[in-house]
Amino acid sequence: MSENPTPASAPKGETDTTGSETSTPRGEWPLYEVFVRGKRGLNHVHVGSLHAPDDQLAIRHARDVYTRRNEGVSIWVVRSSEITASSPDEKDPMFAPSGDKVYRHPTFYDIPADVPHM
Amino acid sequence: MTVTESSTVNPGPDPTLEAQFAETITNKDRIEPRDWMPEAYRKTLIRQVAQHAHSEIIGMQPEGNWISRAPSLRRKAILLAKVQDEAGHGLYLYSAAETLGASRNELTEKLIAGKQKYSSIFNYPALSYTDVGTIGWLVDGAAICNQVPLCRTSFGPYGRAMIRICKEESFHQRQGYELLMTMMRGTEEQRASVQESVNRFWWPALMMFGPPDDDSPNTAQSMEWGIKTHTNDELRQKFVDMSVPQAEALGVTFPDEGLKWNEERGHYDFSTPDWDEFWSVVKGNGPCNEQRLAHRKRAWDEGAWVREAAMAFAEKSAEEVAR
Repeated sequence: MSENPTPASAPKGETDTTGSETSTPRGEWPLYEVFVRGKRGLNHVHVGSLHAPDDQLAIRHARDVYTRRNEGVSIWVVRSSEITASSPDEKDPMFAPSGDKVYRHPTFYDIPADVPHM
Repeated sequence: MTVTESSTVNPGPDPTLEAQFAETITNKDRIEPRDWMPEAYRKTLIRQVAQHAHSEIIGMQPEGNWISRAPSLRRKAILLAKVQDEAGHGLYLYSAAETLGASRNELTEKLIAGKQKYSSIFNYPALSYTDVGTIGWLVDGAAICNQVPLCRTSFGPYGRAMIRICKEESFHQRQGYELLMTMMRGTEEQRASVQESVNRFWWPALMMFGPPDDDSPNTAQSMEWGIKTHTNDELRQKFVDMSVPQAEALGVTFPDEGLKWNEERGHYDFSTPDWDEFWSVVKGNGPCNEQRLAHRKRAWDEGAWVREAAMAFAEKSAEEVAR
């Protein structure tokens, strides 16, 4: 497992972080992606991945691997094969359309400096 | 740390759970969906978040009406982006309500049946393109005033939705103010149009903060639970104080003889809104109540076959993969 696996490296149809196909070879535990909530009020954030034989053990392993120093108050695990991700090849068609829409940003509008609270 | 906490919701008033809930609230910490919470807290939140979500969705109508009649491509692109944002805001909020166990379809059906409300401001019509500017400045301005403190509300998913919304909302207010500034630099007729529009929207915008504190029975409990952090009247005062200098910079006035700076209080004094009008609009007698709900119902009914077809296609594709 790499130190900082990205979600895009694991999901369906792509190779996981160990370079093997996601269809798990016999005897190998499936790969899980781990999300940790740092504290109440914050979103769960992807922190990495691990192998585990089932969901409950994935939670326990995630506790041991990713929250040894009070990093979290809640953990989500999900089988990597259950994540659908956009492919890196699609980056342009997916995200380029928002690039030229500068009017979606507040700074596009000139408001004189003497107008308060805006 | 317990990592195998039960996922089932415990409805019983267990004293330990109640104490934990109270402690979280006292510490101004956040309640998260899998925490135990009093049933009344859950119900109040579902009602408030659903009403907020409905407001975003219904709020697309007054301005959406003007997209096809924008005065320039620039204004059209801006208005499209804004109305698209409102749809997104509605979806963030429906998702937050769903973490409380509400079903999205059920919420939509309650809205259409008139069992859940949306903000009364959207029962007023947008009569001209000038109103797009005024709505951005005053209506979105009032919404921001209301929503910024909600970023710190006690229920985690609601607060996080508000943070996203507030970030996006800033452009809404600025585009409106910029539109009005542009018109104020135009002809005498255009300036008159801005003043007329501001006159119509000022009082309904003040009513967006809800009834006065002494006539708002839910406020005390909501504040105790940390759902609300300011009273309606506090927020209304804040909005007035922020808006007056903006109006001066723009060169318009608000239609209130009683509006003047009070040195002693350090705030602007203003007259009492017409609360009879407010309650009448809430009860369904505003200029556009029927039209707004009829439009939403039509969109829901006419979209039914699309929702069903998409599900049928997904099921068929899944069967093919399984084969």
